[in-house]
Amino acid sequence: MIEWTGAVVQGVLLGGLYALFAAGLSLIFGVMRLVNIAHGDLIILAAYLGLSTTIMLGVHPFLALLIVMPVMATAGYVLQRGVLNHTLGDDILPPLLVTFGLSVIIQNALLETYTADPRKLTGGAIDTASLDLGGISVGVLPLVTFLIAVGVIAGLQFIFYRTSLGRGFRAVSDNQDIAQLMGFNKAHVYGLAMALALAVVAIGGILLGMRTSFDPAIGGGRLIFGFEAVIIGGLGNLWGTLVGGVILGVAQTLGAKIDPGYQILAGHIAFLIVLAVRPNGLFPRVEH
Amino acid sequence: MSDPILSLTGLDARYGDFQALYGLDLEVAEGEVIAIIGANGAGKTTLMRSISGLLRNEAASVRYRGQPIGALRADQVASLGIALVPEGRQLFASLSVEENLLIGGKVGRAGPWSLQKVYELFPILQERRSQASTSLSGGQQQMVAIGRALMANPDLILFDEISLGLAPVIIRQIYDALPGIVGEGMTAMIVEQDISKALSVSSRVYCLQEGRVSLQGRTADVTHEQITDAYFGVGA
Repeated sequence: MIEWTGAVVQGVLLGGLYALFAAGLSLIFGVMRLVNIAHGDLIILAAYLGLSTTIMLGVHPFLALLIVMPVMATAGYVLQRGVLNHTLGDDILPPLLVTFGLSVIIQNALLETYTADPRKLTGGAIDTASLDLGGISVGVLPLVTFLIAVGVIAGLQFIFYRTSLGRGFRAVSDNQDIAQLMGFNKAHVYGLAMALALAVVAIGGILLGMRTSFDPAIGGGRLIFGFEAVIIGGLGNLWGTLVGGVILGVAQTLGAKIDPGYQILAGHIAFLIVLAVRPNGLFPRVEH
Repeated sequence: MSDPILSLTGLDARYGDFQALYGLDLEVAEGEVIAIIGANGAGKTTLMRSISGLLRNEAASVRYRGQPIGALRADQVASLGIALVPEGRQLFASLSVEENLLIGGKVGRAGPWSLQKVYELFPILQERRSQASTSLSGGQQQMVAIGRALMANPDLILFDEISLGLAPVIIRQIYDALPGIVGEGMTAMIVEQDISKALSVSSRVYCLQEGRVSLQGRTADVTHEQITDAYFGVGA
């Protein structure tokens, strides 16, 4: 019994990481109705940027965030204003195609730069440290990851509902034309939203890189996990995204408990069940 | 006329291949209240979209205080001091009443209007401040839309069909509030299908017909027959 409880706890903590993947996706879709196919590859890009930073400066991965977050945020702003804004319109296809192309470009650029060898970010003692919670051994890193995820989502929630920046995001999302009339430059607001999303991606990427080894090809899988967490939780609901991540994580660890080969499959099955029973997710966007 | 705050010269407005306005000339003096009337499809809303920058045109065809603004984006036009109360209210659905008003103040122009002043003008909005904007009645939503535009402290405010879809008693309430608004020295353009309402608050009137000005003059001088002709195109 305690083994199963342990698997559930590990799943919940893993869900925090998935929620970080999903939060950025959800934010991008929520503000600009853009489905970012390159999201997973951006996460891996952030992990590699973390790798370069830790190697070049000899700092801890957490400290590398101080560099990777602003770099990713700036890249996000430039990407949005330089490329993605031009794809947005009544047609949903151009942004899909362009971000798909971006995904291919990022993967191959990473392959050229870093080769296909799996790499890992080493955090020192935290990598192996664990706590004993009533017979269940809990890794410190997964626990810290989960707490960071909760903090990030609380922070995003605060920005969205308590600041004028967030009011701008919601206004532009509601009605672009009228928001423009109110003095919001849509192109700039979208750039800021993408910058914020990629700052979150940076956190997710570094934590992923500390948890497991990564190579340039695994971005697609992270994109799927992020998508599934968003859909399970319900579009446009940030806390729902955390719940979605947790459900996905628990399904995966329980699946792995039954048979290690079932890990990914169990996650997808949980996702499909939610989709069949509640097509809008568990907590679809509540108005205000 | 003194130096116009807004002047349109030969404004041609298009939606793709469809031309909605043909060589429109129009002038508004500082502090004036102008009524724009016309049948459905005459180009009234296109005119509002062109002035506010939602529809971009040739730069020189729209001048504001002498400066060509026809090609500016809507947010740039807004920061110059032109605000639009859009047709159909178009409140931000995921924002509360107060947040909608605060969004209006985003351009950050100084002036007499503040959250407090808007609440004094429409006290019901203060009661409903934290409600979702879409949970209000149509008339209250219109008050939010007007308040939102006022929060920008514009020098020129455009009202597009503010009585559309509202009960007569509500329309009267909103029109009763107008003198308090333009009394602050604001210039206003009022687009209406309800001609008598529009004429009752304005000093001059322009009638549009199929994208052209079919009649213009002082409200006191134009006759009922002239308006009927200009509105329906008889003998125009």
